[in-house]
Formats: sequence, C-alpha cells, structure tokens
Amino acid sequence: MGNFLHRHRRLTPYLLLAPGVAWLAVFFLVPLAFLGYQSLQSGTFPNYEFTWEFANFTEAISDYREQLFRSFLYAGIATVVSLLLAYPLVYWIAFRAGPWRNLFLLFIVAPFFVTYLIRTLAWLNILADEGPVVGALRGLHLLGPNEGLLYTTLAVVAGITYNFFPFMALPLYVSLEQIDARLLEAAKDLYASPVRAFLKVTLPLSAPGIVAGTLLTFIPAAGDFINAELLGTPKQQMIGNVIQAKFLESLDYPTAASLSFVLMAAILVALLVYARAVGSERLTG
Amino acid sequence: MTLLRRHALTAYALLVVGYLMLPIAVVILFSFNDPVGRFNYVWQGFTLDNWVEWDASLGLRDSVLVSLELGLLATLVATALGTLIALAIVRHEFRGRATANLVVFLPMSTPEIVLGASLLTLFLNLTSVFTLGFGTIFIAHVMFIISFIVVTVKARLIGFDRHLEEAAMDLGANEWTTFRKVTLPLLAPAMLAAALLGFALSLDDFVITYLNAGGEQTFPVYVWGIARVAVPPQVNVVASAIFLVAITLALGNAVWQIRTARRQRQGAR
Repeated sequence: MGNFLHRHRRLTPYLLLAPGVAWLAVFFLVPLAFLGYQSLQSGTFPNYEFTWEFANFTEAISDYREQLFRSFLYAGIATVVSLLLAYPLVYWIAFRAGPWRNLFLLFIVAPFFVTYLIRTLAWLNILADEGPVVGALRGLHLLGPNEGLLYTTLAVVAGITYNFFPFMALPLYVSLEQIDARLLEAAKDLYASPVRAFLKVTLPLSAPGIVAGTLLTFIPAAGDFINAELLGTPKQQMIGNVIQAKFLESLDYPTAASLSFVLMAAILVALLVYARAVGSERLTG
Repeated sequence: MTLLRRHALTAYALLVVGYLMLPIAVVILFSFNDPVGRFNYVWQGFTLDNWVEWDASLGLRDSVLVSLELGLLATLVATALGTLIALAIVRHEFRGRATANLVVFLPMSTPEIVLGASLLTLFLNLTSVFTLGFGTIFIAHVMFIISFIVVTVKARLIGFDRHLEEAAMDLGANEWTTFRKVTLPLLAPAMLAAALLGFALSLDDFVITYLNAGGEQTFPVYVWGIARVAVPPQVNVVASAIFLVAITLALGNAVWQIRTARRQRQGAR
C-alpha cells in the first residue's frame, strides 16, 4: 500500500476522491438525468414513454403557478424575517455573551435535535385554539372569538421561519465572530458613532454570513412542504406539496419530474440574480 | 444610554432564545401529558406512563430501530467517503479540483424534494436493479450526508499543523504509515463531530426518506403517517429522548475538543 502510493503520487488525490465522488455521481448526478428523462415522458401510469414532451413544462407552470409563486413568497418572507430575528441575537452572542457564547450557540442548534416533524407538530400545541397564545390574543381583542392562528398563512410562514432559523443564524455567527475587534476600536478612535461604525464596519464584514445564511435558508424553504401540510390548508399549498402528491399519490411521474425541474431552475435563476447583486465570489466562499 | 441599549439587546437575545426553546419545551412537556381523547394537543394532567410504556404505540419501536440502524450504517459509510474527499481537496493540487468541489457543494444547495424526487425517478426507472426499501433509503442517506462530512472535516484540515506529518516522514515513515499513525488520530475529533452531524441529519430526514422508502418506516415516516390520525404522547417521549441524547453528546464533544486543544497546547510548550 505504502509503496504503491509513493510510486503513484499524482494518482493519490484521484484515489481518495473516487469512492465518494462515484457515489455522488451515481446517486446525485445520474438521478438528475433520469429526472430530466422522466419529465419529457407522456402517457398514463404505468406506461410512460419518452416523447420529448416539452408541453409537460408549460402545463406544469400554468397549472401550478400559484403554488410556485407561494413557495417563493413564503420562502422569501421566512428568509427576511429570520435574518432580522437572527442578526441582533447573533451579534449579541459574538460581541456581548463572553463566556456564555458556546452555550448560546447550543441554544441556536438545539431545535435541530428535535425531529423536524415533531418540532413542527409542537406548533400545533402552541397555536391551537385552546392554547395560551390564541387565548391571550383573544383576551386582548387582537383576535375575534372565532378566529384562530392554526391553518393560516401566518402559521405556515411562522413554521418555515422557525424550522430554518439555525441555517440563517449559524453562518451569520461565523462571519461576525471573525471580525477583528481592533477594527471596531479604530472606528471608535476615529470618532465614528456606534451606528456609523456598525454600518461601515460590522455590517459589510458580516456580508458573507448574510449571503450564506440567505441561501441556506431560502433554498430548503422554497422546497418545503411539511409546514404547509401540517400547519396550513390546501390554500397554503406550496410546490413541494404538489411534487410529493404527484409522485406518491396520483403517480403522475412526468408532471412531478417537470415540476421538480421548474423548482430547481427557478432557484437557480434566483441564485444567479442574487449572485449578480452581491458578487459571485461570495457565494461559494 | 449605552447601558440601556446593552440591556435592551440582552433582553432581545434572551427573548429570541426563548422563542427557539419554546417548541422543545412543549415537546418534552407533552411527553408527560395524560391525554383524554385521541389528540395530544391540550394539557390534561401529569403522568409517567408514556415514558414507562414508550413502545405502546403500534409500529413505533420498529420505526425507531430502523432509524437507528439506518443512521449508523449511512453515517459510517458517508464519514469514510467524505473524509477521503476532504483529504484530496485540501491536501492535493490536481486537475478537476474545482469540479470535485462543485460536485460536493451541489447536493447541499439542492432542495431536498428535488434530491428525493430525482433519486426516486432513478429507482422507478431501474426496477430490475432497485426495490424501494431499506437499501434505497440507505443509498439516499449516504448521498446527502457525504457533503456535510466533507465540509466539516475540510474546515478542520485547513487549520491543520502539517509539521507533525513532515516530522513523521523525516523520521522515515512512508505516507501510509504517516496517515495511520499521525493524520488519522489528529483528525479523529473532526471525524467524530462530522459523524455526529451526519447521524443527526439521517435521524431527522423526512422528505428524501419518505419519497424513497417504499414500505419501510423510519421514525419520521412513522410520525408523518400517524400525524394524520392522532399523535400519541409516546412520539413525544421518543423525540424527547433523542433530544436529550443529542444534547448530551454535543456537550460531551465540546468538552472533549476543549480538552484535546488544551492538551495539545501543553504538549507544544
């Protein structure tokens, strides 16, 4: 083994890569090709045939444009809200929490330790009509006696926000934590007000974290269907709900496959627009 | 003024942490609930019965065992494959490195539903080779865990002191021996952290698993099925147990890393 590696030094990286990259090629890249193949098929289950059926795409988009739009709207709102929620928290952890830093980081990832479905189900308890939140809001007359929070757009968006919050907070923390405190001292020495120092030093230096967090939150959020299913009604269905149902319930594989592609393409376009806006080298770190 | 703002920020931070912890507290609290009807949504009274008879709900025990077995196997394979990729990417200059980086990065930036759907079309089109079940979800889990392993181990490798390895080579050890005796032990904490992350991801995954499971039930798939009928408090018991184990492991890993770092610093002195 040792001699072989020594004699073929230039082969070493490829040997190291081979098993893992082969797995990703066969079970990630090849399936994408199969998804494309399936998306251009026509017929009825189980006799689908490959016919270059591009109409699948136009039909999928026109039939499900509401769900597509909703996916991006909900994901966009959830991303912005978690950025606004996370930034001050993470700022506090990075600059003010002192020895408690790691404990608070653990608080941020803790929701991941509760199974996704179950932490979403917990919101059923919290937002239930008989629960304390609705009770309090009704007491304050912010909600009518017959109004509730469950099975509303608000509940779905709140669920998405909660579930993907750590994806926003962690990269933000990493970027804030790396900021050299001396830069902030320098700003202060040069008579910058705290607000100005924040806007001119902290915020630009945390930009990579904002970019990474936005991507890591937005992408999974746009494909999510669990929150819409558990906390919403058919009126809150997202594109993920449709794809999932087409694959497993109506067995309409070509439509499901073309919708998956549309979702991926739409995310790619959103990524490119975003990349142009923030500079592409920030995307891959 | 500054004092006020500092406290406002602290109060805000504690409030957000409270928001993050609230559903966890609810999950644990309702594992002790004694529900009257089918639904475990409203607090009725305290009981330990759910914890004592945690597997009273039909199919729950089996699904937990499937999840654990799947998580262990997939994590083991993915950690090995991912660590090798990380070593190649960080340690070697070679043609195709950018492509390798991209292939690793892509699965992480693809929505789960697309990952699951594309794998499903592969399996559906090759029914002579694949039958949906434990095997297909094992394949899926290794696939989506690898990238996270690569990223975690890579982060550690980049800040790695190569002098120790050079010293080993100077003393006559060949590459393989150096790898076994020096690199691997130094990488062990990062590999363990990566494996823990991978295991957590596997245990938690629903979307990809659900699409490719066939009739196989992991714990999340079981919960999904039962959520449409009525969630028994035993589900909260299992979730709480997983949470407590995960928190303990995370704390343990943190303490271990701090200790190793301290020992290395003392060794250097």
